[in-house]
Amino acid sequence: MEHGRVILSSKPFQMVLDRLCYALIENYDEFHGACLIGIQPRGVLLADRLVSRLHQILHQDDLRYGKLDITFYRDDFRIQGRPLVASRTELDFSIENQRVILIDDVLYTGRTVQAAMTALGDFGRPETVELLALVDRRFNRHLPIKANYVGIQVDAVDEAYVKVSWADHDGDDKILIYPQKLVSPHE
Amino acid sequence: MSEQRRLSQPHLLGIKDLSSEDIRLIFETAVQFKEVLSRPIKKVPSLRDTTIVNLFFENSTRTRISFELAEKRLSADVVNFSASASSVSKGETLIDTVNNILSMKVDMVVMRHPAPGAPELLARKINATIINAGDGTHEHPTQALLDAFSMEEKVGDLAGKHIAIVGDVLHSRVALSNILCLTKLGAKVRVCGPPTLIPKWIHTLGVEVSYDIRDTLQWADVANILRIQLERQDSRYFPSLREYALYFGINRAMLDELGQDVVIMHPGPINRGVEVTSDVADSSQSIILQQVENGVAIRMAVLYLLAPRREQG
Repeated sequence: MEHGRVILSSKPFQMVLDRLCYALIENYDEFHGACLIGIQPRGVLLADRLVSRLHQILHQDDLRYGKLDITFYRDDFRIQGRPLVASRTELDFSIENQRVILIDDVLYTGRTVQAAMTALGDFGRPETVELLALVDRRFNRHLPIKANYVGIQVDAVDEAYVKVSWADHDGDDKILIYPQKLVSPHE
Repeated sequence: MSEQRRLSQPHLLGIKDLSSEDIRLIFETAVQFKEVLSRPIKKVPSLRDTTIVNLFFENSTRTRISFELAEKRLSADVVNFSASASSVSKGETLIDTVNNILSMKVDMVVMRHPAPGAPELLARKINATIINAGDGTHEHPTQALLDAFSMEEKVGDLAGKHIAIVGDVLHSRVALSNILCLTKLGAKVRVCGPPTLIPKWIHTLGVEVSYDIRDTLQWADVANILRIQLERQDSRYFPSLREYALYFGINRAMLDELGQDVVIMHPGPINRGVEVTSDVADSSQSIILQQVENGVAIRMAVLYLLAPRREQG
């Protein structure tokens, strides 16, 4: 765990978050008819930060923000040795005809995003769904899925593992790359 | 990354085999399934490649519907079997019946049977995950799990809480499973009923025994009231239902005298006017319908956590 190489340190990390916020504002203005949905568990850490930064920039605190757990939608839970323990879904608004921005920390094989889109369908029919990922591992996709907003792109071999570390959760804001998967990672 | 955990047992035969960590894991998972059940579309694809057979050798309404709903909400393929409409009535043995069904590639078996230990026998003899939905007067684990889960929702952590189990303890599989589950979670349990319906050995399970319903209600945070199981009673354990209702039936006036709100539960079906009156069963103190609602979430959690691993290839 300690042998990771930092590929984005704290300062540029903040700049990337700011850039993502402004890219969203450019497209969504004041976010009328739009909502942000973080994918549990680690996409929510990114979404929390983006939402609080958007509140600062826009001087408004009424952004609609939800958390989506996709554990029960995974297509691999019975291939793995043990069932995954679910996190909490918190979506207290309808996404019917809403413009949804789906948020995850690392876009890797695309399977999490596929499961998230299946899960979203159970909450209503959104007008559009866009995807925001802090890290895009663009050469590792298993499915035809592409992010609309990307923090940084990382070109790494399949065996590598990319981890986003958060100041309020892991001690420091940074992105690390490890030569090997630590445990079987899901994106 | 999501955490991976599993139950310590490959089957759910009884609460006696579960650890308190297992029970906690089932509750944590059930909370998430409860949220799924509040959605516009109450279905997830978790078990879409799993076939489950519901083998009911005994009558059941709510447990059977609850399991079937739980299975369907998890997208499993479901086959229903009832003994009255099967070859069992032609003299086929249990193992033959089940092996025939399993040869049609079934992954999980949910079974209710009048003989205590029938699910355990199956678990030893056949290659599928077995979930006990009630075996005679022995255990009814999913009922105990949903009861304890509903109690926790209402009164918080059960450690140290006073739970009374009232009525026909002798013939009740719900009572035994409840006692095992509640004591594993640290609750103090007392059974109360006429001496003829309280087994002599019950104190060995670490529960108190009382024959005084008023004193027990005064003591209790929660009262789980059992049905008088006339169909299992092979001799007369009390003179008449009227007399039972008079001495052990819970009514409004009795609860009003207590000066505290006891949570009222009943696993159903209720004999209204016998073990509990309608004005109590339908009151705001009663969580009988929440129990039924939680039953689906608890059974989804059990099925999800016990689903057999799929071979790749």
